Amino acid sequence: MNKSIILCGVGGQGTIMASRLIAAAAMEKGLDVRSAETIGMAQRGGSVFSHIRLGKDINSPLIAKGEADLIIGFEPAEVVRMLPYLRCGGAAIVSLRPVMPVSAAIGKSVYPYDEIMDFLKSTVKRLTLVDSEAAAAQLDSSRVLNVVLLGAAARSGELGIDEDALLSAIDKIIPEKFRQLNREALYYTKQR
Amino acid sequence: MHKEFLMGNQAIALGALAAGVNLVAGYPGTPSTEVLETVAARNPGNVHVEWSTNEKAAMEVGAGAAYCGARVMVTMKQVGLNVASDPLMSLEYIGVKGGMVVLVADDPGPISSQTEQDTRTFAMFSKVPVFDPSSVSEAYTMIGEAFELSEKYGTPVFFRVTTRVDHGYEAIEIKDEDEYYKNVPEGFVKDSSRWVIFPRLSQKNHALIEARNAALADVFSDYHANEILASRGSLKSSKKGVATHGINFTYTLDAQGSSDRPKILKIATPFPFPEKKALEFLDGLDEVLCIEELDPVIERALTYVCGKYGLKVKIRGKLTSDIAASGENTVDSVKSSLNKFLNIEKPDIAKSTEQPPALPARPPVLCAGCPHRASFYAVKQAMKGKKAVFCGDIGCYTLGNAAPLDMCDTCLCMGAGITVAQGIYHTEPDTKCFAFVGDSTFFASGITGVINAFYNQADLTVVVVDNSTTAMTGQQPHPGTGITMMDEKVEKVSIAAILRAIGLKTVETLNPLDHKKAVENVKRVADEPGVKAIIFESHCVVLTKPKGRSIVDEEKCVGCKKCIRELGCPALTFKGKKTFIDNMLCTGCTLCEQICPTKAISGGKGNE
Repeated sequence: MNKSIILCGVGGQGTIMASRLIAAAAMEKGLDVRSAETIGMAQRGGSVFSHIRLGKDINSPLIAKGEADLIIGFEPAEVVRMLPYLRCGGAAIVSLRPVMPVSAAIGKSVYPYDEIMDFLKSTVKRLTLVDSEAAAAQLDSSRVLNVVLLGAAARSGELGIDEDALLSAIDKIIPEKFRQLNREALYYTKQR
Repeated sequence: MHKEFLMGNQAIALGALAAGVNLVAGYPGTPSTEVLETVAARNPGNVHVEWSTNEKAAMEVGAGAAYCGARVMVTMKQVGLNVASDPLMSLEYIGVKGGMVVLVADDPGPISSQTEQDTRTFAMFSKVPVFDPSSVSEAYTMIGEAFELSEKYGTPVFFRVTTRVDHGYEAIEIKDEDEYYKNVPEGFVKDSSRWVIFPRLSQKNHALIEARNAALADVFSDYHANEILASRGSLKSSKKGVATHGINFTYTLDAQGSSDRPKILKIATPFPFPEKKALEFLDGLDEVLCIEELDPVIERALTYVCGKYGLKVKIRGKLTSDIAASGENTVDSVKSSLNKFLNIEKPDIAKSTEQPPALPARPPVLCAGCPHRASFYAVKQAMKGKKAVFCGDIGCYTLGNAAPLDMCDTCLCMGAGITVAQGIYHTEPDTKCFAFVGDSTFFASGITGVINAFYNQADLTVVVVDNSTTAMTGQQPHPGTGITMMDEKVEKVSIAAILRAIGLKTVETLNPLDHKKAVENVKRVADEPGVKAIIFESHCVVLTKPKGRSIVDEEKCVGCKKCIRELGCPALTFKGKKTFIDNMLCTGCTLCEQICPTKAISGGKGNE
C-alpha cells in the first residue's frame, strides 16, 4: 500500500518535525520512505511544503499533481495552494487558523478567508477541520499543532500509519520533557 | 551497517566520514549547508571541520591538506564556487595527493540563489571530473567512489548535487563507525617541481590532464552509476530513448509507471563524458529526449557524439525547446514532456470546475522582532526626503527589499553592496549612498570593498547589520562570534576594530532597537565626509528568548495602523478596529511601542 502525503503551511509552523515523525513511524513498519522538504529562504515565514511517499518501489521524493492521498494543512490558504496535488477522493486535514501574510496586513494583497473556507468545503469531500486555537488553549501550547494534525491524519485512514506507530515515533524523537504534551496532542481531536 | 532516515546532505557527510575524510572546510549556502554541519555533529573526533571565512579560503585550506595526503572535502553552493574558482582553476593543474572532493550544491529554480549556473558546465571549463548523484542512497555510495577516483588520478573531483537530492530524505543502509576507512596522511613532502605553479609546469600538466580526461571517459563508460535501462512493456520496440541525470532520473522512472518504459540512459559522470556508454545507448535508436535541469550538458554531448560517429539520431531537449530552458523540472513537467515525446495521450487529471479564490502571495519575510527591520527603519526615517540609495547584499537582510520597508535598491552577490554603492557615488556624487552588509558577509567578502572605497575616496555609509550569526543559512558561527565549528572558544574578530584599522574616522556602534537614538546618529554620521560606518548590533531573534512580549491596550489604540503599515512585522495584524499582536510571534523588540503615536503598546522587554 503506497501513500503520498503533502504537508503544507507557513515557515516556522513545525511541518519538518511532523514529516520526520511520519517517516520514523513508517520506517518502523518496514516501509520505504522518501521525502522532500522546503529548507532555506522560504522558512522565514514563506509558504513551505513537505512531500512524503511511503510504500514500495518509490523513486522520486516528489509527488505528481493529482496523486496525493492526503494533505495535512497547517494553514487554510496554503492548503488551497497545494490542492492541485490531491487525488480525486483524497482527504485533507486543515487547521482553521489563518496566518495573515504581511502583504495582506499592509493592504497590498487580500486574504479572502471565508472564500477559502467555502472553497475547501465544497471541493474536498473528506475534509477534517481542526480548531487549532481551541487545541492550543486546551493543551496550553501552540507548539504542538503539528502533532494535533498528525493525530487527525492517522485517524483519517489515509496516512498509512496508525496512532500507535506515531506514538512510538514520538517517544523516539521528541525530547523527554515534551513527550507527555505531544502524546496528549496526538489524541486531541479524538476526544472531541 | 545500520539503517537511518537521512537527508541527502547528511548521507553525503556520513559517506565522506566512512571514506576516511580528514578535513572538511566550507562556507554556508543553501542547499549545501547541512553537509558540513553533519560532519561536525557526527565527527568521530579526528576530523578537522571548519566554517571558513569564504569558499576561496576553504578551497585553499583543502588544497594544503590534500597536498599532505589528507582526504578532504570542501563544501559550498554553486555561487560559492565562483568565489573559489581562482584556487580551483590552478589546483587542477597542480593536482592533489589525498583525495579531494569539492561538493557543490546547484539550485535549479533557483529556490534560494542568485543564478541557475550548472557545475557540470564548470567541470568542463575547469577540466575537473564531476559526479552527479540521483538519489540519497546513490549519493552515499558515490561520495566514497569520488574520493577513491580523486586519489587514484591525483585530481580534485566535483560532487555536484541539486536541491531535491540535498534536501530529499531516504531511509538508507549506512556503515557503523568501526567500519569507516581510516586514511593516515603521509605529510607534506617538499618538491617545488610539483607544488609550485609556473608556466612550464602548467603547460606540461595541461597535456597530462587532457590525456587523463580522455582515459577517464572510458573508465566512466564502465562506471556502474552510468546506467542503461532497457525498454519494456508497450515501449519495448520503441526507437525512442531518454537520457537523463540526477533527480530527473527518478522523475523519469515514476512518470511512466514501472511496466512500460523507453530505453533510458542515466549519466552520473557528465564530465569526462562516458562516450562509449552513450554509443551503446544510441545503438538502435532514432530519437532521444534529454531530460535535464540547468544546462543542456548531456544534450550537447550526445549531439557531439552523433556528429563524431555520423549517427542519424535526433537529439532533443532544451536546445530544441522540448524541455524548459530555465527553472526546476517537476514530476509533472517530466511526465508531460515524455508523453509528448512518446506520443502518449494521457487525459488530464479531472479538474474541479470550481476556480479557487485568488490567494495572497506569501514570500519569505524578516522574522517578527528581527533587528534588521529596526536598522532599515532607522535609516529610512533618517533619510526621509533626501536623495539616497540603499545597496543591499546577500543574507536575511535582502528581505528588507519588501514592502513596506523597501530598503534594498540593489543586490548582486556577496560583498557587492559596498562596491556597488561606491560606483553609484562616483557617478552620482550628490546621492547619499548606503551599503548594508551582514556580519558574516562582511568577513566573507566585505572587507576588501571597504578598503577599496576608502582608498579611492568614495563618500558612503557602510551599515553593518551585526546579529552575531550567519542567520539565513541557519545560525552558523563566523569569525566575529568567538566560536568555531569545532566548538572551540576563540578570540572574537572585531568588525569595529577592522574598520578603524582601515582608517575610517567614524565607526559608530548602535542598538537598532533604540529607535530615536538610532535615527539621530544615522543622520549625523551620513553627513560626515568620506567612508564611515555604523554597526547595528543586536542578536538574531532565533538565538534569543523573549523576556516580555508586547501587548496592545485597546483603550488607547486608535486603529491608525501606523505600526502595521510602516514596519510590516508578521506579528502585527488588524483585528476589529485595533492592532492585534500575535503572542506566538512577538519577541518584545519594542519597535512598534516606540513608534505608536498614542503609546498604546507596551510590555516588550527587548531582544537580549
